[in-house]
Amino acid sequence: MEFISQTWHWAISGFLIGMVMLILNYFGKVFGMSSNLRSLCAMTGIGKKVPFFDWDWKSQRWNLAVVAGAMIGGFVAVHFMSDASNVTLNPKTVEQLATLNIEAPNGKLLPESVFGTAALQSPKIIFILLLGGVLIGFGSRYAGGCTSGHAISGLSNLQLPSLKAVIGFFIGGLLMAHFILPLIF
Amino acid sequence: MNLLRYIIVGFIFGIVLTKAEAVSWYRIYEMFQFQSFHMYGIITVAILTGLVGIQIIKRKQLKDIDGNPIVIQDKEKGNMRYWIGGILFGLGWAMVGACPGPIFILLGAGFWSVGLVLFGAVFGTFLYGLVKDKLPH
Repeated sequence: MEFISQTWHWAISGFLIGMVMLILNYFGKVFGMSSNLRSLCAMTGIGKKVPFFDWDWKSQRWNLAVVAGAMIGGFVAVHFMSDASNVTLNPKTVEQLATLNIEAPNGKLLPESVFGTAALQSPKIIFILLLGGVLIGFGSRYAGGCTSGHAISGLSNLQLPSLKAVIGFFIGGLLMAHFILPLIF
Repeated sequence: MNLLRYIIVGFIFGIVLTKAEAVSWYRIYEMFQFQSFHMYGIITVAILTGLVGIQIIKRKQLKDIDGNPIVIQDKEKGNMRYWIGGILFGLGWAMVGACPGPIFILLGAGFWSVGLVLFGAVFGTFLYGLVKDKLPH
């Protein structure tokens, strides 16, 4: 049972993620999570005003089903398959986080100081979560995909555009993690 | 259309991403600080697995579940959209430590504050749709 509750090895995890993509290919689909955000927009009927959302989101219902399954999977994994040994970080990372006033994980996936109920009292934290989301939504649609669509689906199909996008992901991520996060936390 | 099989695949995806801790804000921070190989290992093995699988699909001209040839379309050519869009996405990814898959997974797991991130992401997608034609692609 220990195998279930401890952190899964990167090689096993990576293999299973690759298999998820291939199974979707076998179902005649392409693995990509961010297009669900477009479906969520289109479902509101906004397509009457904004042509980009005037598309057949119902043809993407399969992807929303993947999302529903993933949400259930997340629930099961967090509530029934975790233990206090989870999220063991590099001690250097923990030290560095302390200087940003972010607590060590101690088995938790997310820091209370950013995602906890008390943290949500802070307008700054609310602004960070919203703005981060806006960047993710805008950027993934502009780039035509996110980590799943470009990094996994695209790179494994040797797509040059995906390589550009993924290099962009890391340029943006490194800028944020090294220069902007220390300023805002 | 039988949606059950997609729910099952999604279920596996949600469990794997959670157990791999790829949904963890901490793991994304650690990755961008180059202080652990964990996330890089996950991404590399996922790509290699996909690469081998896609090569097999292409060389053996495998059929999908409905008997149609499996065709994986090439991504559109372009420059600006991938660089600028990619950088904006990366800024958001590191800012909240989650990308679209994990946003949904964390919400399902009961981390309600991630709902703000999802709201932002849907709004960001809407903004893109609004200004799309004015942007270089």
